[in-house]
Amino acid sequence: MAKLILNHVSKQFGTGRPAVAGLSLDVREGGFLALLGPSGCGKTTVLRMIAGFEAPSDGAIFLGERLLANAAQSLPPERRNMAMVFQSYALWPHMSVADNVGYPLKVRGVSRETYRNRIREALDTVRLADHAERRPAELSGGQRQRVALARCLVTEPDVVLLDEPLANLDRHLRQEMEETFREFHQRSGATMVYVTHDQSEAMALATDVAVMSQGKLLQVAPPEEIYARPEGRLVGSLIGRGSVLSLNLPGGLPRKLTWEELRPVLASPALGSTADILVRPEDIALSGEGIATRVRSSLYEGERYSLILELEDGQILRTFSRHRPQVGDVVHVTIHSAWRL
Amino acid sequence: MHGYVRPGNSQPAWLFPFIVSVVVVLSVLPLARLAVTGITAFADGGAVAVLTDRALWQATYYTLVTAVLGTLISVLIGSLFAFLLTLTDIPAKGPLSFLFVLPMMIPPQVTALAWVQMSGPSSPLLKALGIAPPLGSPQPLYSLGGIALLYGVQHAPLVYLALRAGLLGVPRDGIEAARLSGAPALRTFRDIVLPLALPGMIAGAAIAFVSCIGNFGIPAILGIPASIYTLATLIFTKFAAFTDRTFGEVAVLSGVIALISVAGLAVQERALGGRDYRILGQAGAATSFQVGWWRFLFVPVLLIVLFFMLVAPFFALLAGALVPAYGVPLTLETMSFNAFQEVLLRQTVTRTAFANSLFLATVTAVGLLCLSVLAGYVLTRRRDVFARIVASLIEIPYALPGIIVAVAFILVFAAPLPVFNVTLYGTIWIILLAYFASFFAVSLKPVVSAYRQLDPALEEAARLAGAGFFRRLKDILVPLVAPAAGASVILVFLIACNELTVSALLWSAGTQTLGVVIYNLDDSGGSDLASALSVLVVLMVVVMMLLLEWLAKRLPKGVVPWRS
Repeated sequence: MAKLILNHVSKQFGTGRPAVAGLSLDVREGGFLALLGPSGCGKTTVLRMIAGFEAPSDGAIFLGERLLANAAQSLPPERRNMAMVFQSYALWPHMSVADNVGYPLKVRGVSRETYRNRIREALDTVRLADHAERRPAELSGGQRQRVALARCLVTEPDVVLLDEPLANLDRHLRQEMEETFREFHQRSGATMVYVTHDQSEAMALATDVAVMSQGKLLQVAPPEEIYARPEGRLVGSLIGRGSVLSLNLPGGLPRKLTWEELRPVLASPALGSTADILVRPEDIALSGEGIATRVRSSLYEGERYSLILELEDGQILRTFSRHRPQVGDVVHVTIHSAWRL
Repeated sequence: MHGYVRPGNSQPAWLFPFIVSVVVVLSVLPLARLAVTGITAFADGGAVAVLTDRALWQATYYTLVTAVLGTLISVLIGSLFAFLLTLTDIPAKGPLSFLFVLPMMIPPQVTALAWVQMSGPSSPLLKALGIAPPLGSPQPLYSLGGIALLYGVQHAPLVYLALRAGLLGVPRDGIEAARLSGAPALRTFRDIVLPLALPGMIAGAAIAFVSCIGNFGIPAILGIPASIYTLATLIFTKFAAFTDRTFGEVAVLSGVIALISVAGLAVQERALGGRDYRILGQAGAATSFQVGWWRFLFVPVLLIVLFFMLVAPFFALLAGALVPAYGVPLTLETMSFNAFQEVLLRQTVTRTAFANSLFLATVTAVGLLCLSVLAGYVLTRRRDVFARIVASLIEIPYALPGIIVAVAFILVFAAPLPVFNVTLYGTIWIILLAYFASFFAVSLKPVVSAYRQLDPALEEAARLAGAGFFRRLKDILVPLVAPAAGASVILVFLIACNELTVSALLWSAGTQTLGVVIYNLDDSGGSDLASALSVLVVLMVVVMMLLLEWLAKRLPKGVVPWRS
């Protein structure tokens, strides 16, 4: 196993706009990277280039010292020792569960005994040992997903790729499968790349999150860091449910702003350059004092109300409340901290 | 470096060039050769002789008249069945539909033979029933009308299938909305269903017209005795009286057939232009109309039509096969299976023909299947201009009348092959090659639709599992397209086994096919043997169609041509 390196990788499909543009990314050995972005941002193309289904138009992909692909040549997927969980699971309908799981071993020509043992181990891990002789069609969505995962387990792949594997499952199953993935990552120690558009999935599973938009990589960082210190307006608005304010900040302030620093700026627009600041909902407190806002909407979400508040100049803040203010009410809020993007 | 491939290709580098070279040999080369011969004939003045020949214009006239009339009859019968069997709740739709498309699969010369046996003064069936016209009265089918009528019967299923496909696309909610708007059933049919069904009807008519133009079996049996020559039979007689100008002449004649076919398709384009009703909403208008008590009128009408299209001709054929000798009345006492014994056990010609046809059909079906599995893979994976060009090059020899394909193959292979110095003309191999060209499209279609239905991830998963191209083919792709491949084999076998037009020009002593022998036997007065052979052929067709019917549940939509 080794580090997976993408070096200035681009992909053109001949449609004018590149699907992936100059993307550089290192996935550390044994790391679990989530590629996060809205649909159409090029994240699946990146995954397919790592797998070898697409070749980069420019740049190079390495696994350690070994070249996987560049613009001139490409190692075909069958020689890359990778495994993938597809969005559609890609189970072969004409084979039993055991045959599906064991196919990579069969191709590699292992002995009959190893073949059987490894299949049993893999199916045990995903708790499907008693379904070995079933056909994929007889399984539920979650079970199919686990068969696909078991197929990745049997050979020790260098890299495991997951393409929105939870997109077709219901919410309850998702949580269970997230648990399975985390367990799988810890046990196998494989380098994993996980494509998703669901940020809570990415945050919950990955050791690193890479945010993409329109073919470009915006930021790579561990989940906590990307949440606390996002780079740029796009990442700030993609991660979490924060609100972005445009304010005239005086110079010399740190990036992390406190209420003392924010209060004068909000109260009276100071001189200085315009900056985007990100305010997380949990950093806003409804209190008797602070700045005045008008409630634009209040939505009951079960455990709390989700509020949209309007500042005097029309900018918007999102926050939560235990109580239900009426739409049109004026409430006063304090902002404990904010982050300059 | 070892093991690397050029990017952007999931298939072995040799695969596409291989398919291209197959298509060049089967399609490009023969058709180019035909075109060159035709142009040369114009250049050296040979064409002038053909074009000023009265026979050509006579034949063109007869071809057009019979084809137009035949198309009209096809549209009438085909539409009747399509509307009733698709839109209404009349009973036994499945069996009726199966029986109605049967004539399409029966070789035209067998249809013609059966109808001849069914009518006229010497019909064994009519004589046995005591209702034959007096001896000496003319056989009514040996006429332009007779040819047109049989064209109509033979090609009505084509209109039926095209129209049915269109009707199944009519949205059910559109019909329901019309009913809620207050339109009664008949009004809804006229205002909503009919306009939406028109493109299907036009498409069906065009297919029927082109098939009529290229038909050989029917005018050969019905036209030649009455000296009515269509372009197809004219080409046939030109070859029978071979001179050094024949090649140029038939090339020009083929050109005229191709022109009429293209003109027919152009009329279709014209008629379809501006009728692009994209169907919105849920498809499936099936059984939107209740016929109620009308079924007691409709069902008998359909049954009567089927009786005359199918049952009566078959029994006429059977009667013709069971009479002990020509002219002897058929009764329970005189009935004999002699003709069957003769064709199956004694006559070398018929036994050779069985062997030849079975050999040709088997090799064509299996060989084309292997090509189709590879070509289908390439064509569905590569979606570029070249793939589209190759796909249409495969389509052309199938769309062209078989007689043109046969002429083109004679032109290419009449001379010894360069390098090998072997002449294919006169051997069974030239028929085989022509079959490969003619039926490649038939074989490819089910396989391509099966490939289209496959989730590409299934193959990608196998690649990541480490399986190379042939491994994937064997373990993943072939098992998954197997049902469609089975249908493809049966369909090609069925069509190749009954083929007459191509082999009529390409056969020589020892390489007769079943189609040729049926025609020759009838031509030389052995109508009892021809009938016996035809009965066997019809039974074979029915068995294979039932086999496909049985397979149909496991096939992608549109693979079995008469199911939708």
